[in-house]
Amino acid sequence: MSKHFGGFAALSEVSLEVAAGERFGLIGPNGSGKTTLINCVSGALRNEAGSIVFRGEEVSRLAAYQRTRRGIARSFQLPRPFHSMSVLENLVVPLGYVVGLNDADAHAEARRILETIGLADKAATPSHRLSQVELRKLELARAMAARPRLLISDEAMAGLAGNEVDEVLKILFDLNAAGITIIMIEHIMQAVMRFSQRVICLDAGRIICEGAPAEIVKNPGVQKAYLGA
Amino acid sequence: MKFWIGAAATVALAAGLAVSGTNEYFFYAGYVVLQFVVLATAWNILGGYAGYVNFGTAAFFGIGAYTAVVLFKAAGAPLGVQILAAACVSGLLGFGTGLLTLRLRGIFFSIATVAVIFIMHTAIVNWRYVGGATGVQLLRPPVMLPFDSYTRMLFVVMAVMAVAGVCIARYIEVSWIGRGLRAIRDNEEAAECSGVPTLKLKLFACTVSGALMGAAGAPLPMYMSFLEPASSFDLNYSVSALAMPMIGGTSHWLGPVIGAILLGSIQQIVTVTISNEINVLVVGVLLVVFVVAAPDGILGLLKKLRWLLRSSR
Repeated sequence: MSKHFGGFAALSEVSLEVAAGERFGLIGPNGSGKTTLINCVSGALRNEAGSIVFRGEEVSRLAAYQRTRRGIARSFQLPRPFHSMSVLENLVVPLGYVVGLNDADAHAEARRILETIGLADKAATPSHRLSQVELRKLELARAMAARPRLLISDEAMAGLAGNEVDEVLKILFDLNAAGITIIMIEHIMQAVMRFSQRVICLDAGRIICEGAPAEIVKNPGVQKAYLGA
Repeated sequence: MKFWIGAAATVALAAGLAVSGTNEYFFYAGYVVLQFVVLATAWNILGGYAGYVNFGTAAFFGIGAYTAVVLFKAAGAPLGVQILAAACVSGLLGFGTGLLTLRLRGIFFSIATVAVIFIMHTAIVNWRYVGGATGVQLLRPPVMLPFDSYTRMLFVVMAVMAVAGVCIARYIEVSWIGRGLRAIRDNEEAAECSGVPTLKLKLFACTVSGALMGAAGAPLPMYMSFLEPASSFDLNYSVSALAMPMIGGTSHWLGPVIGAILLGSIQQIVTVTISNEINVLVVGVLLVVFVVAAPDGILGLLKKLRWLLRSSR
C-alpha cells in the first residue's frame, strides 16, 4: 500500500504479511513511516493505493471502529486515556462497544483484565492521575479489552525504565501466548530483538530489509539508516 | 426513583401554580426560564457530553418557531402538533448539519454551526409566506380549560417539555450512548479504536439536540402572538444555551438545569429592575468568570467543596 501527505510519500508500495500468532517487529528511524503504516492498518488513516486484508477480508475501506470490532486493536504512542473516566471505565468502553457486554459483566471483566496487567489497585483512580508506566499499561489494557486477534503496540515502552520495559514485555509475551498476533513498533532495539520472531525495517516509506532479529542488526542498510554509517 | 419523583413533582408544581392565582408576570417570565432549561439541556447533549461546541442554537430554535408558524397559518394545527413537527424539522436540520460539519473538529465545527444561523435567517427573511423581514402577526386560539390565560398554559407546556428534555438527556447520559460520547470528548481517535462508532454517535447527539431546540422554539409564536426573523434567530440564544451549561456544569444533566434557572432568573430580574441591555452583559460576565475561575461549573465547585470537607475531617 501507499500513503501520501501532499507531495510527501510517507509510504510507497509497502507490502508485508503477518502470520496469525506471530510476534512481528517493525523498526525504522523517526519519520520512516512506521506510525503511518499502522494508522492505515488500524483505520485512523486511509491508504490511497493497495489493500489491507485481515483474516481474508479486505478492510481498507472500513471505519476504524469496524476494524476494531473485527479484531484489530492498537495502543497509541502517546497514551490517549479517556481522561474524565476512571481506569476501570476506560476498559468498560471497548468491553461494551466491541465485545457487547452489559454493564455488570463489563465491569467484572474490566477488573479481571486490570488484575492480569497489574493495575487492579488503580481501578477507581481517575486516569489523568496515572504515572507514565501506568498510562502505558492502561493503553495495553484498553486494547486487550477489545478482545483483539491482532494487537498493534506503538512504542509502548518509549521512555520507560529498564524494569518497566521488562514488565510491559512480559505482558506482551503473555498476550501472544494466549494466541494474539502482535505487531510491535519500538525504538528500544533490545526489546524488539528479544520479542520479535521476524522484523521489518522501514526507511523513508520503503521496506529496506526483512528477516530474523539477528540478521536485521547485521544488515548494512539498517545500520546505515540507524547509525548513518 | 428519586429522579422520577422529582420530574413528576416539577410538572405537578407548574400545573398547580398555573391554575392558582399568582401574578401573571410570574408565568410570562417563568416561561422564558423554562425555555432556557430546554435549550441548555439540548445544547449539553452535543456540547457537554461529546465536547462539540455548537453555536447554532439560534438556528434550530428559530426553525422550530417558524415550523410552528407555517403549520398554524396553513392548517391551524394545534400546539401539540406544532411542537412535534418543529422537533422533527429541527431534528432533520440537526442531522443534515451534522452530516456536513461533524467531520470538522474543535473550532472549525463551531464556526460552521454559526453559518447555519445566517443561512436559516436569510432563508426566512426572503420567504413572503411567513412574513419575510417584517414578521408575522398571529391570533391566539382560545385557551383550553382549566387555564384562564394562554401564557399560563404555555408555561405548563414548557415545563412539561423541560422535564421531558431532561429525561432524554439523562437517559443518554447514563446509557452506553453517554459513555461513548464521553469517550469522544476525551479522545476521538482512542474512542474509535475502542469500537465507538464516533460519527454515528455524534450524528445522533446532533439530531436529538437539534430536535429539542426546535421543540423549545415552537411555542414562541403563540407566546408572543408575533414572530419576526431578527429576534427568533438572535445570536443571544446561542450564547445563552452555551453559557448556561458551562456555568452549571457540563458533565451531568443537572448542570444545564442549574445554569439555566440561575442565569435565566437573573436575566429576567435584571430586565425588569435595570434594563434589557444589561441582561446580555450578565451572561457575558458570568461566562468569563466561570470559564476562568471554575471551568467545571457550579457542579464542579460543589464536588471540590465536598471533597475538601471530606478530606479535612
